Amino acid sequence: MSRQSYAGVAVAVPITVPYQRYSTQGAHWFVGQALQALIQASGIEKDDIDGLCLSSFSLNPDTAVGLTQHLGLSPRWLDHIPTGGASGVMALRRAARAVQAGDADVVACIGADTNHVDSFRQTLGSFSHFARDASYPYGSGGPNSVFAFITANYMRTYGAQREDFGRIAVAQRSNALKNPNALFKKALSLDEYMAGRPISDPIHLFDCVMPCAGADAFLVMGEQRARDLGLPHAIIRGAIERHNAFASDPIMVQGGWRRDLADLYAQADATAAQVDFVQTYDDYPVIVMMQFEDLGFCAKGEGPQFVRDHSLTHDGSFPNNTSGGQLSVGQAGAAGGFIGMVEALRQLCDMAGERQVTNAQLGLVSGFGMVTYDRCLCTGAVLLGRSA
Amino acid sequence: MTMPLMRPPRKNPILRTPQMNLPPSARSRVALGLTAAAAEGRFELQVCQDCDSVQYPPREACVHCVSPRLKWRAQSGWGQLLASTTLHHSNDLFFRERLPWRLGMVALDAGPSVMVHLHSEVTEAPCRVRVGARLDRAGQAVLIGFPEKESEHMADDKMLREMGSDPKFRKALVTDGKTPVGQALVRALVKAGADIVWVGHAEPWKKLPGLAELAAIPQVTMLPLDLSNERSVTTLAGEIGGKVDIVINNAEVHRSHGIGNRTGTDVARMEMEINYLGLLRLSQALGPALQGRAADGMTHACAWVNLLSIYALSNFPSHGTYSASKAAAYSLSQCLRAEMRPSGIRVVHVFPGPIDDEWNQNMPPPKLSPEALASAVIKALRDGTEDVYPGDVAQEWLQRWRDNPKVLEREIAAGGT
Repeated sequence: MSRQSYAGVAVAVPITVPYQRYSTQGAHWFVGQALQALIQASGIEKDDIDGLCLSSFSLNPDTAVGLTQHLGLSPRWLDHIPTGGASGVMALRRAARAVQAGDADVVACIGADTNHVDSFRQTLGSFSHFARDASYPYGSGGPNSVFAFITANYMRTYGAQREDFGRIAVAQRSNALKNPNALFKKALSLDEYMAGRPISDPIHLFDCVMPCAGADAFLVMGEQRARDLGLPHAIIRGAIERHNAFASDPIMVQGGWRRDLADLYAQADATAAQVDFVQTYDDYPVIVMMQFEDLGFCAKGEGPQFVRDHSLTHDGSFPNNTSGGQLSVGQAGAAGGFIGMVEALRQLCDMAGERQVTNAQLGLVSGFGMVTYDRCLCTGAVLLGRSA
Repeated sequence: MTMPLMRPPRKNPILRTPQMNLPPSARSRVALGLTAAAAEGRFELQVCQDCDSVQYPPREACVHCVSPRLKWRAQSGWGQLLASTTLHHSNDLFFRERLPWRLGMVALDAGPSVMVHLHSEVTEAPCRVRVGARLDRAGQAVLIGFPEKESEHMADDKMLREMGSDPKFRKALVTDGKTPVGQALVRALVKAGADIVWVGHAEPWKKLPGLAELAAIPQVTMLPLDLSNERSVTTLAGEIGGKVDIVINNAEVHRSHGIGNRTGTDVARMEMEINYLGLLRLSQALGPALQGRAADGMTHACAWVNLLSIYALSNFPSHGTYSASKAAAYSLSQCLRAEMRPSGIRVVHVFPGPIDDEWNQNMPPPKLSPEALASAVIKALRDGTEDVYPGDVAQEWLQRWRDNPKVLEREIAAGGT
């Protein structure tokens, strides 16, 4: 059976609940704020939101269903996807299919997490069975040590230098300066990047995201509905998802995108060269570089040369993470899986203000999530297009 | 090369005593199989009995064929170091206080990739390494990447010392110096580089053979200690409690015979008085002192060794009341282990078969020499293992007991050994 297209589905109403380094509020508060903003910005009645797709790490002991009672929703379609960095893409795919099938008319997709002073440490220790048994007892550095291995191995194998990763981080900071929601407000030079204190060699300070609290959200509905409501929106040109790919690689050198890359571009009837901007998942710069390769913008191993040859700012030759990304805006838990999606919507709906990419027609959003042991398991990507 | 450990300077009494914070100790139940093997010094991983795939991290089903028939099997540990990193930051207090800390990712020849604590002598990736399992200060198994070639001082590696209880530069108490086992233990500790060995002596007026020579060793100090006397035990604790790093409780009363060969309970009571209640008194008096110094510098308090007997596992009727007292001691020592765990003090159980001493004169060989027993204890301290079954008889009993404890009981009841 051939794959059905995502035609007829609109993605609209990008919402960001402002990020905070620490919050005394619970995750439910951030979910509530996101929902309220979705309702206010769309003009849709609360009772007309009949689908909810939720991603969060800090709702415990609640899951999405607990939030329906908490927020007084009565959806006829519900999904809980605690898949972190991949959850934005995964929410979009699931919601789009629900809308196409008529199982829901308007789906609210929300990624939200709080961050108390000690919650990051506690999340690390109970993140997964494998992490608890086989990585957390080793220095408890969280994902830092895992990505230090991946980065060191990548550098040795493909000749990347720290400066190459620095180019990614510096360009994102430059983008973030034009994003009022970014928690980092100071410019970052390559020298400052290089001088960052070591965290877990070769990972240094500016290779790491800062955990924070916040939420990002969007609505998925039929295109006609969006038009009727006068909502600016984007359309889904193609979307892929893959979990636990390349499991036999002894250490991660490629992500699951690579397995489904041809499918992604075939759905959109487009090529990588036609993409106007990308929102990569940026938990660490090495993963951004891998996405440039595994999403078809350059060959495997050419990532370092690719970043030397391109400027990655919103007005550059290859705009990447135009909001500043998690590296410069902050990582609000599961919202980190949504940050690229809402930014792509803003770019395609001309809502990106000072950091608008000129004539953005086709954008790529990539997700990557869940370091259960030695690598991230979930990968996904979506090509979003400007609506006609 | 690892630099040999230098004698640490005397503790500055003005400085605070660092408190112990354990490394993360939570594990899933299935992962405790790694700990069970490491407790005896083995590195085992689950191997699928249907398709031979080696698994890691520990699983409930084979990653290859999804069979539930996974058995823990010994591993050579050889593999290729793919990458290493040095932590300069940690969210965990144990590591935070011990930074920098080196880690590696190793592709085992057997298949899986494993995260390891990396020995300082391992060179940069790629290179060959040998992975072994050790108990960390939380008493849980962790994997260690060792260099391909062993070197003279590799045990002095900072990370490795955290995993074991090497007697080098430490202060130890041996609770009974009058027996051949006690004397062998004292000599072995001195040879292993212990700074001070306090030797307990229940009846100082008895001039037993070997004691004078023992007392003449510069590191050795004889102290009166009678485990049947509470005051004697607390006096000793008052004297050395703030200094002792390793306790080796070898004091025991051992008489042959079971129930029918003797009338009255005097002998059995004497055995319990030392073997069980003596351990209890000593634990109450010295346990808290050790716990308070569990992170006190590089020669912090670290271990408690109890001399048990393989007959603690299953009664040996011709030494029946002795077996019972050792079973009681074993059970109590499990309690001690649980209570010492929060401070990272390792409690080591030693289960010898018959020792070549005066109480086993009627036992046929092979018998364990006191020297062999002592070196097994030193090795356990160095390697950080916590269950030791030294000698051929103990090993054989252990195998039979693990195979089927009921069959062993019947064999022994029928007059077997």
